[in-house]
This record gives sequence, C-alpha cells and structure tokens, in this order.
Amino acid sequence: MSDRRSAAKRDPSWLAGALIALAVLYFVLVLLLPLVTVFAEALRRGFGEYFAALQEPDALAAIRLTLLVAAIAVPLNTVFGLAAAWAVTKFQFWGKSALLTLIDLPFSISPVISGLVFVLLYGARGWFGPLLDQYDIHVIFSVTGVVLATVLVTLPFVARELIPLMQAQGSDEEAAAATLGASGWRTFFLVTLPNIKWALMYGVLLCTARAMGEFGAVAVVSGHIRGETATMPLHVEILYNEYSFVAAFAVASLLALFALVTLAVKSLLEARFAQQLAAQRWR
Amino acid sequence: MTRPLWRCVELGRRMLLAAGLAALAACGAPQQSSPSAPVRLLNVSYDPTREFYREANQVFAQHWAAEHPGQAQIEIEMSHGGSGRQARAVLDGLEADVVTLAVPYDIDQIAASGLIATDWRGRLPHNSAPYTSTMVFLVRHGNPKNIHDWSDLVRDDVAVITPNPKTSGGARWNYLAAWGYALRQPGGNAASAREFVRRLYAHVPVLDTGARGSTTTFAQRGIGDVLITWENEAFLALQEFGETQFEIVVPSVSILAEPSVALVDRNVDQHGTRAAAEAYLNFLYTPEAQELAAKHFFRPSDPSVLARHADTFRQIPLFTVDEVFGTWADVHRTHFADGAIFDQITAGVRRQ
Repeated sequence: MSDRRSAAKRDPSWLAGALIALAVLYFVLVLLLPLVTVFAEALRRGFGEYFAALQEPDALAAIRLTLLVAAIAVPLNTVFGLAAAWAVTKFQFWGKSALLTLIDLPFSISPVISGLVFVLLYGARGWFGPLLDQYDIHVIFSVTGVVLATVLVTLPFVARELIPLMQAQGSDEEAAAATLGASGWRTFFLVTLPNIKWALMYGVLLCTARAMGEFGAVAVVSGHIRGETATMPLHVEILYNEYSFVAAFAVASLLALFALVTLAVKSLLEARFAQQLAAQRWR
Repeated sequence: MTRPLWRCVELGRRMLLAAGLAALAACGAPQQSSPSAPVRLLNVSYDPTREFYREANQVFAQHWAAEHPGQAQIEIEMSHGGSGRQARAVLDGLEADVVTLAVPYDIDQIAASGLIATDWRGRLPHNSAPYTSTMVFLVRHGNPKNIHDWSDLVRDDVAVITPNPKTSGGARWNYLAAWGYALRQPGGNAASAREFVRRLYAHVPVLDTGARGSTTTFAQRGIGDVLITWENEAFLALQEFGETQFEIVVPSVSILAEPSVALVDRNVDQHGTRAAAEAYLNFLYTPEAQELAAKHFFRPSDPSVLARHADTFRQIPLFTVDEVFGTWADVHRTHFADGAIFDQITAGVRRQ
C-alpha cells in the first residue's frame, strides 16, 4: 500500500496538477457549461417569462406528447427486454447470437435511419403505404409514427442492461425452482425478478430518458405540426427557429430537468441499495 | 418479502392493462372527429413564413367565424421546414390541406404524383403567388467587408452563408439570382455564369438545409460575412436582432421570387375541407391579408397595397425564372437534379 503510494508520488507534481486541471476543464467545457447555459438562457428574462413559456398551449401539448410516447414505449420495451433477456440467458436455441446482434442494432444505426425506414415502409409511397391508405390508417406524420420510431430507438436499453447480469447469474436458481414444482410464471416472479430488479430499474430509467430525449428518428416521422406531432425536442427546434430563444431554452431546460431527476433517482437507488447492487451488478 | 411481490404482480397486471387501454385511446383520439369539433386545415409551408401565417391564420379564423355563425370554428395548423423537404413530406403522406411553398417546382413535384391538379398555377391570380419577394444580402453592421453587389461575394476575403438548394427553396432562388446576375454581365454566357456560381459556392462555409437555419447560422452563431436571403427574412432578422447588428444590402439586380400556394386536391377531398381550404387561399389575396404580407415584408401582389409600401420595398430590376431559365422542370433538370450543375460544382469545390 505505502509502496504504491510512493510510486504514485514519483510523478512530478506539475504533471499531476496539469492532468487534474485538464480533466476538470474537460468536464466543465463538455458537461457543466452546456447544462448551465441551458438554464441561464432559459431564465435570462426571469422566472415570469420562463413559466409563461412552459404554460403556452403548444409547449403543454409537446410535454403531453413526450410523456405519452414515453408511457407507451417504455412499458413495451420493458416487457420486450425482459422476455428477450430471459430467452437469451436461460435457454439455448439456434440463432441466439443473431438475435443478440439484432437487439443491438438500434444502438449502432443512426436514429435518422431508424426514422427513415418507417417512412419507406409506411409512407404514402412506401411498401405498405397504399394498403394502409385504403383502410385510412396513417402511421407516418402522426402520433403513431412518433411512438413507433421511439420504440425502435429505445428497444435495446432494458435488454442490454439485463442480459449480462442474467448471464452471470446463470439458471441454477430457476432450475431449482423448476425441480420444486414452480410454474414458469411463479419462477419468474419469485426467483428471477427479485434477482434482477435493480438492473431492470436502471434499464427502465435509461430507456425513459432516451424515449423523452430522442430527436433524430422522431424528426423524420413527425411532420413537425405544432401542438400535434411535435415532441419536446422537436418543439425546442421549432421555437429556436422562430427566434423564441427564451422559450426554446425553457422547454430544453425542462428536458434537462427530466434527465437530472432520472439521474437523481438512479443515484438514490444506488446509494440506498449499494450492497444488493454490488452483489448483483457484474459489469 | 415474497408475498408483497406476488401482490405487486397482480396489481402490475391490472395497471398494464389500464395503461395499454389508455395508450390505445390516446392513439385513437386524434383520428376521431365529432360534428362540433373545429374544422382543421393543415398548412404545410416553408421556413420564413412562420410569423406571417401565425397572424394571417388568426385573422382568417375570425373572419370564418363571423361569416359562418353557429358553425364549426376553423383551426389552422402549421408545419414549417425547408421547402423541398416539406414537399417530400407531403409526397410521403403528410396530410396537408394546403401547401404554401417557396418554389413552384416543389408544388409541381407534388402535382406530378397526382395529389394536386397539374394546372394548379392557373387556379389562383398572379400564378398562384399571393405575395412575392426577392433575394438580398444581409451584412454585419457598418458593412465591414464593403459588399454592394453579387460580384463582391466571390472576393477572397468574403464568407457567404446560403442554404443548400437541394433542400431549400430560398437557396434555389439565391442560386438562380446569382446565375442571372452573371448572365447579365458584359460577355455573360452559360459558361461564365457557371464559373461565377462555382466561385460563389466555394465561399460558403455552412450549407444549412433551410433558410431559417442559415439566418440562425449567420445572425445567432456569427458565422460568415454576408447572408444571401429572402428580402422578408432579412427585414425580419433586423427586427429580431436589432438594426445595430446588421444591415440590408440590395444588389443591382435580383430575381423575382414567387413563393406559391395550392390546395392539395386529394387531401381536401378526403378530409371534406375543400371549401374551407379554398376560402383560406382566396383570403390571402384580400387587401387585409396583403397588408399583413407587407407587414411581414413580403411584397404584396396587389399593386395598390404594394404602392402603399413603396418605401420599404426598393425597386430594382427583377428578372423572372420564365424569362431567363424557362420552365421549372428545365431549371431542375439543368441545375438541381442529381448529378446536374449544382452537384458538379460542389463536387469540384470539395475536391479543391
């Protein structure tokens, strides 16, 4: 211990100082300043205008739509992520690695592409567009399209959080439950779920943050109709383009606030259940 | 420990069901319409018309309510973006009742797919252009780079901001205005015009996708020495950012830009909104709307309204696309189609 410390001390102090300064500078420039700017710009003309901007009907509609999209996409991807992680980690089957790669796909493709594929599939000139049109079903440039694009983009978050943990835990406990005569559901809720609940919570939080913040994919399928198909990130862009900088940053600050709350909840959970997490998180 | 979890499962199952139902209801809601619900028109427009239509829509809605007492009110929804991108969205299924785009060619594109009658340009007065504009320069206060005409834009020390003509209507007018200027110079011909435009785009550091993006790049982010833009956009920038920051330079000659409007036949017939959409477009030609257009710095098509604002809109020689370039289909094929002149010159600029 003391050896190691003296070895570390052999670095010249100016180097240590410079490295720390560099790290702090990087942190301030890349993370802290943008965050401060968002709030500073939003409050530039005081709290009155800030709250007025957030209570404007189109802003409220954007907030509602964003929450609705998250409320649909997150449960769907939670169920999917659980099912996928369960299938991948507790069973052996043909095509498993292909499935794993597919789950990761939304991480690696650009969100713009994620949006465009839906236009190419369900747009008026897309593969299924004319068919859907006959039944008066409109997917693209409607709330449905926004939800679909968000579901695609946020698909991997829960699954990716669960798979490594469940792989590490193995299926011994489930096998034991099965030998004791528990049904599949009972095994899942009494054995698997308690083991993975923190990782699941973490995945859901990340998924929620991304669902609310997604811009690229949603921008392609949205149609940008104020108060109707504009989510909060899109509404920020609209306001910015209308020279309403205070309003734009006010809505942006609300998004940032959502993200901060998400992080705070996560930290709180981690602090409170540090031991359980340490025992369960293998990554 | 395990008992409550089981109870949670039961509760969770019920909540999931409820959430699912709520989501379905929410998804279904926008499609439903009851007889007392307001008539909704979607106007898909280009970038710089935001402020004009915000005001014009309110006035039109009031007129509509006054003229149709006891009937459903009218609500006009707006979608703004680069003109070419907006036309694409309508083609891909964005259900516009009316389109008010920057370039007639964009409406021609929608018409070619059968959504709009191909003779749309003749359906309304003034080639379906209720307001016109032209392309001018916005420079930094005091005109530090001494920019007065198109020829100054290709000087070595000048950085020019203009959007991408592949996606932006305003950018196409910019490009054609520069081309037309070069043609009018002594000894000007297609080759010299092409060379002039190539040199111009070699001076462009940022090609935004829409006119408003370019204005923000120039005004808010402080990039470039001169912004080529719509006259109305330049006036608006002066108004938004203050006259102490920028000034407008009107070149010796420019193009008559005819942003055009049309109702989307197939969509209005599907929505049953043809009468409202027609009334809306005709309203744009009324003296009241023409005054609003002038207020937002569009040149009114009504000569008497234009005359009232003669001190705002400087009279300079304006050439039209029909005079210099022929039809919009020709313009597109020669200049903006994939692999056409714009692609060739920007590929050349990138190689340098």
